Amino acid sequence: MSAVHHIPSSEAILACEGLSKHFGGIRAFTDVAFQARRGEVTAVIGDNGAGKSTLIRCLVGVHVPDGGEIFFDGRPRPFANPDEARKAGIETVHQNLALIDELTVAQNLFLNREIVRRIGPIALLDRKAMREQARAMLSRLSINMPSVNQRVRRLSGGQRQAISICRAAGSGAKLVVMDEPTAALGVQETANVEALIRRLREQAVSVILVSHNFDQVRRLSDQIWVMRAGRMVATVRSSETTGNELVALVTGAA
Amino acid sequence: MSTPEQNAPVHTAGAAEESRPSLSALLLDPSFWADWASVVGLVGLVIVFGIAQPVFLSIANLQALLLAAAILVVLSIGQTFVVATAGIDLSLAAAVMLGAIILGLVYAAGWGIFLACVLAVLATSAVGFLNGVLITAGRIPDFVVTLGTLSGITGLGLILSGGEPTMVGSTFLLKLASGSFGPFGYPVWVAIAAVIVAHIALYHTRFGVHLLATGGQVESAGALGISTNRVKIAAYTISGFCAGIASLLLVARIGSAEPLINTSLLLNSVAAVVLGGVSLFGGRASILGPAIGALMLTALVNGLTLLSVSAFYQPLAVGAIVVLAALIMRYQK
Repeated sequence: MSAVHHIPSSEAILACEGLSKHFGGIRAFTDVAFQARRGEVTAVIGDNGAGKSTLIRCLVGVHVPDGGEIFFDGRPRPFANPDEARKAGIETVHQNLALIDELTVAQNLFLNREIVRRIGPIALLDRKAMREQARAMLSRLSINMPSVNQRVRRLSGGQRQAISICRAAGSGAKLVVMDEPTAALGVQETANVEALIRRLREQAVSVILVSHNFDQVRRLSDQIWVMRAGRMVATVRSSETTGNELVALVTGAA
Repeated sequence: MSTPEQNAPVHTAGAAEESRPSLSALLLDPSFWADWASVVGLVGLVIVFGIAQPVFLSIANLQALLLAAAILVVLSIGQTFVVATAGIDLSLAAAVMLGAIILGLVYAAGWGIFLACVLAVLATSAVGFLNGVLITAGRIPDFVVTLGTLSGITGLGLILSGGEPTMVGSTFLLKLASGSFGPFGYPVWVAIAAVIVAHIALYHTRFGVHLLATGGQVESAGALGISTNRVKIAAYTISGFCAGIASLLLVARIGSAEPLINTSLLLNSVAAVVLGGVSLFGGRASILGPAIGALMLTALVNGLTLLSVSAFYQPLAVGAIVVLAALIMRYQK
């Protein structure tokens, strides 16, 4: 087990120092220092209520922290809302799979960043270009989809998660943040999504992964950060730890 | 589409079924009938009425039918935009009345027909905008807000007009009502133009996709950075704008601005939207469907009239067809 140590900030894609967040009288987390290295999969683990999700939400602008500093790409970047974080290059895959059932796969992949052709003052959708690029995005991550014209409503949970991740990665994001990406999935679908996360890493996309599946975290991540009762208590290299050690860190039994 | 050979394909479930189904499979699929309810209904009515009363198929009657349908088509388009956001605009017919009265009063005041038309459309658009703001910023259910504005602008119309109709003897409106270009009267062309513009807006612009996303899953759309409130306000404003266009057509058609609400216009606009396969839960819409639904409802009334069925039976027939359409709609995928 190692103490929370500092990595040179040039290696960090996203980092925070002394971050705190309270909701009324309830403390979500206090004085958290955290870094996610460029090109790595960084996992945040902890028990329910340890503050993982709230920390992530603060980092991507959903919540505004009460104190502390956030650095993205080496510069202080407090994001006022998720849109600012997205514009800076952080894409979040939401726990509730933010897809629109009635739209097609291609429409979902390009939602709110549609490709348009300008004809004078009028901007019309370039649906053909979006369909073609959607196919390219899916095949780059080896996601097999019968048709990009299919409505999302008819897809399985794993397929939907794959599209969410594909959308996040396809925007040229520098960092993809995933909160429990396999929580609602079956065994085979979980394996597929894990394969997808590995492919993201191969393509040098940095990933922050929130999970409480220790085995999954050790399989997928390079660095693991452990939260307990609103504090960041430890960070370890995934290759140098064991499942038992992680359990001890998360529960505080060590 | 291409898939890379190496790397195990991530997902395979649900493949193959997207290939084009055969015609017989299509005809056996209830969702096909649900999607095309208005077209099937229109064709059915034309066949039945054409056999029962051949006059129905005369060029003159078909032209009259299209002319009579123009106002409802325009209103149904407005209603479609609102329903696509999972809302409803109950103030639509009242807005038509307000537009008509403002047109009449401004024209009677001698400000010219052009300004009268512009102000009428501006007023109804403002009503739509107000609906949208109250629903989004005020966080009041659409049903309550538009019911409130329905009552409010009914009263406003009565106050402004003193309860009296205003004659509008404008040659421009007379020409609009009675003139024609090619096979169709001008109101039909107005309706056709409205259909084309609305279709492009819904299917070929970012606004259209964001509208359907907002109606489909409002939280998800918001999480992706779509300003769903603005989209909703725009939808209600479009609905108000369509009410304004309809009020011009109405005043042109009857030659005066009356402080009367045609409630069947409101009910039929919702009915046309349902017949057109638009989901009342939002997220799924078309423009052609409701337009054909409006044509179908007009054809129903026209045919029953030709068959000398008492006007008392017409609302019954419309009601039965709408409920039937809603039943079929349950099979929509």
